[in-house]
Amino acid sequence: MELANDWMNAAHSTGTSIMAATFDGGVVVGADSRTTTGAYIANRVTDKLTKVTDHIYCCRSGSAADTQAIADIVGYHLEFHSMELGEEPLVEVGANVFKELCYNYRDSLSAGILVAGWDKKHGGQIYSIPIGGMCVKQSVSIGGSGSSYVYGYVDSNYKLNMTKDECVKFVITTLALAMSRDGSSGGVVRVGIITEKGVERKVVLGDELPKFFEE
Amino acid sequence: MSSIGTGYDLSASQFSPDGRVFQVEYAMKAVENSGTVIGLKGSDGIVLAAEKLILSKLHEPSTNQRIFNIDQHIGMAFSGLIADARQIVQIARREAAEYRQQYRLSIPLKYLNDRVSMYMHAYTLYSAIRPYGCSVILSGYENGEPVMYTIDPSGVSYGNLGCATGKAKQSAKTEIEKLKLSQMPCRELVKEAAKIIYLVHDELKDKNFELELSWVCKDSNGHHQRVPENVYQEAEKAAKQAMEADSESDNEDM
Amino acid sequence: MFSAPPFWQNGPAPGSFYDFPNMQPQVQPNDFRQHTQSPVTTSTSLVAVTYDKGIIIAGDLLASYGSLARYRNCPRIVKVNNNIILGSSGDYADFQYVQNFIEQKVISDECLDDGITLKPKSLYCWLTRILYNRRSKMDPLWNNFIVAGIQDGEPFLGTVDKQGTAYSDKIICTGYGAHIATPMLRDALDNKPQLTQAEARAQVERCMEVLYYRDARSFPKYQLGIIDADQGVSIEGPLQVAQNWSVAHSIKGY
Repeated sequence: MELANDWMNAAHSTGTSIMAATFDGGVVVGADSRTTTGAYIANRVTDKLTKVTDHIYCCRSGSAADTQAIADIVGYHLEFHSMELGEEPLVEVGANVFKELCYNYRDSLSAGILVAGWDKKHGGQIYSIPIGGMCVKQSVSIGGSGSSYVYGYVDSNYKLNMTKDECVKFVITTLALAMSRDGSSGGVVRVGIITEKGVERKVVLGDELPKFFEE
Repeated sequence: MSSIGTGYDLSASQFSPDGRVFQVEYAMKAVENSGTVIGLKGSDGIVLAAEKLILSKLHEPSTNQRIFNIDQHIGMAFSGLIADARQIVQIARREAAEYRQQYRLSIPLKYLNDRVSMYMHAYTLYSAIRPYGCSVILSGYENGEPVMYTIDPSGVSYGNLGCATGKAKQSAKTEIEKLKLSQMPCRELVKEAAKIIYLVHDELKDKNFELELSWVCKDSNGHHQRVPENVYQEAEKAAKQAMEADSESDNEDM
Repeated sequence: MFSAPPFWQNGPAPGSFYDFPNMQPQVQPNDFRQHTQSPVTTSTSLVAVTYDKGIIIAGDLLASYGSLARYRNCPRIVKVNNNIILGSSGDYADFQYVQNFIEQKVISDECLDDGITLKPKSLYCWLTRILYNRRSKMDPLWNNFIVAGIQDGEPFLGTVDKQGTAYSDKIICTGYGAHIATPMLRDALDNKPQLTQAEARAQVERCMEVLYYRDARSFPKYQLGIIDADQGVSIEGPLQVAQNWSVAHSIKGY
């Protein structure tokens, strides 16, 4: 395929950098904002942090169509479920509903999802659901094409029980590093801080991102 | 019954002119014909006890059980028609299994109660089917809290601290009300439950019966199970002693 | 075009059902679909060996994403009940699916309260059916399972692969372990056919060490499952692979 024309047939995909990290009292989710069709940037200010319930968010990577559809379905399902139960669903429950969809339809979906949130029972939690539809709980998790460039940074810099501010800074730095090396990631960094109180959203614009050695 | 029949009792899908659904009321009669079942909620769990009436000398002990496991943490006891109850048990087990599959979590009893109630209620709406001829008691232990519900053939459910259904439900309820349930641990309750079942058993009409006891509590790790053999023996002994003491004091009065 | 249509078209034929004219045509199977066709997140070898009174099984905690060592705390040696351990290598999502399924199976068995629990050979046989059935749908569960258990006082060790091919043996290793650890363990059993638990454990630890040196998808943190006729089931871990790199000093040049 010619590089110049690849956008004509390629699917919209969030070739992406996404991450989530738990801290003392909650969890921080973060994502870049680039959506590409081939090498063309179809959207430079995408919001890949998608609300599922008041205290559960997901970070989407893979096919934009698939992950949006899944997030909508899970959001609907959990809202219904919380009405039936009269209380907010646990993050674990949300993650499992995502997993059931991702696993059962793994042959037709291309979705790598991080489910992060806060609940009364277990506080801030992250569940990673990669392409095959497995589900695993993590303290810190990264995903999308950009993540492969920053595993080392995350392993050496993440600490358990950081403060909120430390954690937000860590997430922004990690994503800025990933975006600078991954052609499919870029734009702004969107951050969501999920605690008992709900979600606080932040945006770090493309020209305000931390700078690193470039050569 | 004052207004038996008059043509309005043949179908569950028709009201009588005074606003009753006779089929449902008859189903409740079926419940009242069966042995007494009680549930007691104590400080650390729930005890279920059933009076299983034995109709035949050839009956094999421990068959035809009246208390079932629904999930690890949920038990169900019933009075009424055993075959009807078995179907409810099966439905409840399926709900519990499906919930676990969908949410990776054991089913909250409140939710199970809603589902089973809705199911039983659906059987009171159509002419082609009859309501379930049984009342069930659901007992569970979740997040360190005991929970209990009863569901009637009408599909109405109640959350209770103590409950009784079956033949002697009135006298059993009176006995239960005498207890300070919220201060009693399951170890104590097992004995009280056994005593009540022995007390309300009508020796003249029903000769033989078998006592069934189960609990779901801290001591059982939050699992619903039949009480251990030694606890059972102890409870039965206490019940028999109480009965003897009772009959002696009766004699003194005379 | 050049020949007349068959004289008796669409009529009854021996051995088949008659297709009435003007009926809906039979639905042709047009839903041929491509299913899974390669695993995504995978676990590597398992090593299992029988000793005089039981079985030891080991597997690391890594779930690889291609060559990326992505998830480093993924247990895949699990206790099924008091006399079975299940281990899996291959696709981790499929393993979780099977694990959940078995968990529910065990709970449903417990509910029946008949004192009958799942036996190792039953689980092993059941797994062969499940895996063979899925491969026949061209949608295999991409795993190699190892079932280790005690049945009738004897250790049982069996394996099933993604095609449903199954065998039992005193030594079973999957993945790279089949090539590297099996010969090592056979050698050990040739020297001493009945190992003690300590000897078996030492052998398994040695295998994990060599596998860590030679399998590029391995990881130095692992779990050890032990099932013993006397001591029952225990899962130990995370344990660390003992390493010795001193040979590096003697290598100069290429």
